[in-house]
Amino acid sequence: MLKVINLNVSYGAIHAVHGVNLEVHQGEIVSLIGANGAGKTTILHSISGLKRPSSGQIVFEGQDLVKTEPHKILQMGLAHVPEGRRIFAEMTVEENLEMGAFTRSNPQEIREDMEKIYHRFPRLKERRGQMAGTLSGGEQQMLAIGRALMSKPKLLLLDEPSMGLSPILVREIFDIIVQVNKTGMTVLLVEQNARMALSIAHRGYVLETGDIVLSGDAKSLLEDDRVKKAYLGQ
Amino acid sequence: MDLIKQLINGIQVGSIYALVALGYTMVYGIVKLINFAHGDFIMVGGYVALTVIPVLVSAGLSPWLCIIVAILFCALLGMATERVAYKPLRGAPKISVLITAIGVSLFLQNLFMLIFSPNPKPFPNFLDYPPLALGENFQISFVTLLTILLSLIIMVGLQFFIQKTKMGKSMRAVSEDPGAAQLMGINVNRTISVTFAIGSGLAAVASVLYCSAYPLVEPTMGSVLGLRAFIAAVFGGIGMIPGAMVGGLLMGVVESLTKAYISSQMSDAVVYGILILVLLVKPTGLFGKNVREKV
Repeated sequence: MLKVINLNVSYGAIHAVHGVNLEVHQGEIVSLIGANGAGKTTILHSISGLKRPSSGQIVFEGQDLVKTEPHKILQMGLAHVPEGRRIFAEMTVEENLEMGAFTRSNPQEIREDMEKIYHRFPRLKERRGQMAGTLSGGEQQMLAIGRALMSKPKLLLLDEPSMGLSPILVREIFDIIVQVNKTGMTVLLVEQNARMALSIAHRGYVLETGDIVLSGDAKSLLEDDRVKKAYLGQ
Repeated sequence: MDLIKQLINGIQVGSIYALVALGYTMVYGIVKLINFAHGDFIMVGGYVALTVIPVLVSAGLSPWLCIIVAILFCALLGMATERVAYKPLRGAPKISVLITAIGVSLFLQNLFMLIFSPNPKPFPNFLDYPPLALGENFQISFVTLLTILLSLIIMVGLQFFIQKTKMGKSMRAVSEDPGAAQLMGINVNRTISVTFAIGSGLAAVASVLYCSAYPLVEPTMGSVLGLRAFIAAVFGGIGMIPGAMVGGLLMGVVESLTKAYISSQMSDAVVYGILILVLLVKPTGLFGKNVREKV
C-alpha cells in the first residue's frame, strides 16, 4: 500500500534521514520506533508532504507522493495525526471534526461519520460545543484521531499518540488504535514508547539517527536482545 | 442634541476605520503580517470609483455600481499583491516582509501620482439624496446613514461568514495552525488569497464611503486613514475580528467627541493617549488573548 524507497531528508546541512526503506501493507499496524531525534517524525512529514525529501521515492497505491501537495495527499486517502496533536484550540470539538472532513462534500455522509466518531468517543460528544483547547490531553488525542478519521482515510499516520499522557490513557488510546485497525484501517505508528507500540503492531522498524537498523515481525522485535537493551530497559 | 450629533459623526468615521481595520486584522490573523500597503488600497479604491463613475453614468448605468467595480478591483489587487510580493517571502524573516509591504505602499502611491498627478481630485457626489430628518433641527445626512448601515450589515455578514461557513472556518483553522490545516486538506494558499481579497474588498467599500463624506481623492490619502485604522486594529487586539470592529468604532467616537468638546487639534493626542493607556494595561489590545509561546 505504502512504499518508501531510499528516502533521504536534510534540514540544511543536517542529513536527518539516510536512505530509509519501509513498507506498509493493507490492513497492518506498522510501528516505527526509535529515540528522540532519530528521524521518525521527519519520515512521517515526508510522507504527508509537509517536508520535501532531498531524494528517494514515496509510493502510495502506485502514485508517487514526493512532489504532491499536502492537501492532495490527504485526498488520496492518507491522514496524518501530528505530533503534539495540533487540534484547533480556538475552535469547538465539532468544528475540529468538520475540518477533518474538509475535502468531503456530502453533508449527509459527513453527519453520519461524525455520529460514528461520537459513538466511538462518547466524551467528545459530551463536549461537542466546547473549545477544543479546554479538553484534557487524552480527550485532545481522541479528537486528533477522530478528526483524522473524518477524512475517511485508507492509511492513518500516527505520530507519538502517547506523548504527555498517563499510562492509563496511553492504554486507552492504544486500544482505540487496535479497534480502528480491526475495522480495516491500515496504521503507520511512530512511537518512543517501544513496548506499547510493538505490542499492538504486526511489524516494526527500529530507527537510529536516520538509519533503519532493525526490522521485522513485531513479536520477534520485542524478543530481540538489542531492542530489549536499548528500548525496553531490560 | 449636539452630543447625539457628535456621537453619530463619530460612529460614521468609526465605521470606516472599522472596515479598514478588519482588513489589517484578518491578514495579520492569517499570515502574521502587517500589510502596510492596505491603506493604499483605500486610495486605489477611491481612484477606481472616481474614474468609473463618469463611465457608468454615460453608459446609462447607476453610479452605485462604482462600489462593485472598486470592490472587484481592490480584491484582485490584494490577491495580486500577496502573490507577487508576499508569497515568495513566506518563511523569510518578518522584517523582510514588513519592508516589502512598505515598498508596495510607496510603489502604489507613486504609481498613482504618475497616473493622476499629485494634486487632489474632487470626488463626484453620487450619493446626493435628501437627509433623513429626525425632528426639528436634527437630521442625518444620507452618506452618514449609508455608512453606518452598510458597515453594520457588512460586519454582521462577515462575522457570520467567519463563524458559520466552511470557508470561514477553514480561515480560522489556517490562522491558528497552517500546518495542521494543510493536514486537513485545506489549501492554505487559496485560503490566504481569499483573506486578502476580502480584506481589500472591505477597504474598497470604506474608500467609497470615505470619499463620499470627504470628497477629495489624492495619492497619499491612504497613509493617514490606513494608520488610524491600523491603530484601531491594535487597540482592539490585532488578529481579532470583533476587536477591529469595536476598536474602529471607539476610535471614531473618541476622535469626534474630542474635536467637539476639547479641541480639534487635541484629537490625535487624546486618541493616542487612550491607545497607550490600553496597551499599558492590556498589551494584546481590548480583545486580545495572551499569546502562549510555543516551546
